Amino acid sequence: MATGMSPGTSPKLDKTAGGPPQVPAKADVIMDCDIKELYYGTFKAVRDTQIPIKKNAITAFIGPSGCGKSTVLRCLNRMNDLVRGFRFNGHVKYRGKDIYDPAIDPVAVRRYIGMVFQQPNPFATSIFNNVAFGLRINNYKGNKTEKVEQALKRAAIWDEVKDKLHNSGLSLSGGQQQRLCIARAVATDPEVLLMDEPCSALDPIATRKIEELMLELKERYTIAIVTHNLQQAQRVADKTGFLYVDTSQGGRTGYLVEFGDSKEMFENPKEKHTREYIRGEFS
Amino acid sequence: MSDERPAPPKEGKRERLLHRVEAEAGALEHRVESEGEAFLHRAEAEAGKNPFEGVDFSELELSLYRPRTLFSIILSWIVTGMTLLALVPLFAVLWMLIWRGGQKLSVALFTQLPPAPLEQGGGFGNAIIGTLIMVGIASIITVPLGILTGVYLAQAPGESKLASAVRFSAKVLTGFPSILAGVFAYGAIVLVTGGYSAVAGGIALSILMLPTIILTSENAIAMVPAKMKEASIGMGATGAQTVWMVLLPTAMPGILTGIMLAVARAAGETAPLLFTALFSNYWIASSGRLNLMQPTASLAVLIYNFSGMPFKNQVELAWAAALVLVVLVLIVNLIGQSLSRQQVQQ
Repeated sequence: MATGMSPGTSPKLDKTAGGPPQVPAKADVIMDCDIKELYYGTFKAVRDTQIPIKKNAITAFIGPSGCGKSTVLRCLNRMNDLVRGFRFNGHVKYRGKDIYDPAIDPVAVRRYIGMVFQQPNPFATSIFNNVAFGLRINNYKGNKTEKVEQALKRAAIWDEVKDKLHNSGLSLSGGQQQRLCIARAVATDPEVLLMDEPCSALDPIATRKIEELMLELKERYTIAIVTHNLQQAQRVADKTGFLYVDTSQGGRTGYLVEFGDSKEMFENPKEKHTREYIRGEFS
Repeated sequence: MSDERPAPPKEGKRERLLHRVEAEAGALEHRVESEGEAFLHRAEAEAGKNPFEGVDFSELELSLYRPRTLFSIILSWIVTGMTLLALVPLFAVLWMLIWRGGQKLSVALFTQLPPAPLEQGGGFGNAIIGTLIMVGIASIITVPLGILTGVYLAQAPGESKLASAVRFSAKVLTGFPSILAGVFAYGAIVLVTGGYSAVAGGIALSILMLPTIILTSENAIAMVPAKMKEASIGMGATGAQTVWMVLLPTAMPGILTGIMLAVARAAGETAPLLFTALFSNYWIASSGRLNLMQPTASLAVLIYNFSGMPFKNQVELAWAAALVLVVLVLIVNLIGQSLSRQQVQQ
């Protein structure tokens, strides 16, 4: 699967582009995402989207359905590689290194940039094995029990499951399953956590718990989240990007309309589309 | 004086205003009262009315005189009757087996060799072991091959030509007449190695087991929710780790069911073994050494041979062997089911 790289993003040029002059100013930007064009087959899904993701902060992507926010999120750890016909023009730099560089192993990328999905998706095995999965695939030699406990504590679910670690992960409630998935993702200590609408399948109480958890987790990890819930973005996100669908060229191509501090964006949106969306003036 | 003069008109204005307000308030009160009364009247009138007026209740009642009701009831009876009818052969066969085979059941059956004509007693210990060994050989060949092929088929992209060719062949092979598997193994193994053997029998059975295992494995792996696969890959697992640690364990109940089905079918096959393993009146291991390259007894062939003999003892042994074979297959199935249940509970 060739990821169509523009000539401007060859590894050699990248070094000069991300060289010393820019580093001090963007020192806290851990991922620099610049999507020029993104195709699924002949369908242009996203264009012109630049989102810098700040370290130890929560960056939210909002926008109407089909605007490509999940697609953008999945670009950040190369999950889109699984989609046939995926082509990408631009770069996603993680600590200054383009993860779409042909020399980079996407499997290794995903170990640094973990993911939590829309539907809670624990494996059909025990709670312990679910969390230990990441340790096993990485051939972790140390004390697995300790690591599993630590991860479950960080995901704020330890007290609920400590007596039934050998029960199936599928026996938990939806909200617990999602926190189990977060525990599984943080067990290997990734640096970035991508969350694709992590609360859309949960009730308001479970949602609130996950939100509180996100605020705790950002001390340790960098979080990027896609959400349909504007209040959620307002409550948890430090930075927010608003994506919108451009239908002018026939297709439905998503693009970034506005990006900035969440507070500023929700109180005083600069762009017309953002304003309309936030005020609920269109579906 | 100058400030008293304007006062009367002001007072008059205020009074006029007050009058107007009072008048309007009175009118409003009147309107509210009259409308409230009208509303009450309407409500009372409606309360007396039947809310289901105009609904024909006889239309709602269940009645046998209505063709659709009658049709539905008759159809339910037909379906139930057919189901019971389908159970008749199964229970008839089981009853015959237990009735005819059970009489002869004894420990000697499992420890002794088949008797010669006119000889009394005897058993079919060598045939039980022969069946187990040949099904074992077939399983050793087909289980890894079948599961891995299933993984390939389930993981191959939809337009893969190789995958559709393999899937098509496996489906054709499912309906393959078992005698042809025997003829094939005869030509390919027996003639080449120069004799009937347990290995040839095992290979003939493996041809029959393979398609079942491939197709059920593919199905079971394809049934694993895509979100689990996504979770594994999202965690940074390689393709092999995903297959080995997520897909196969999750699909294991289905795969085991397929293996058990295939084993049960192979254990009962006679035709392929007639051409490949033939039969033997002796133990497969002599003086502690297992020889897989000699003619080998099996329960199915023993039943075939003995049931046609004009000797009462042999015919009774055939019935007993049939019962033992059915029980063996049943045990295999039960083990498979309990294994898959354990997997699910985990």
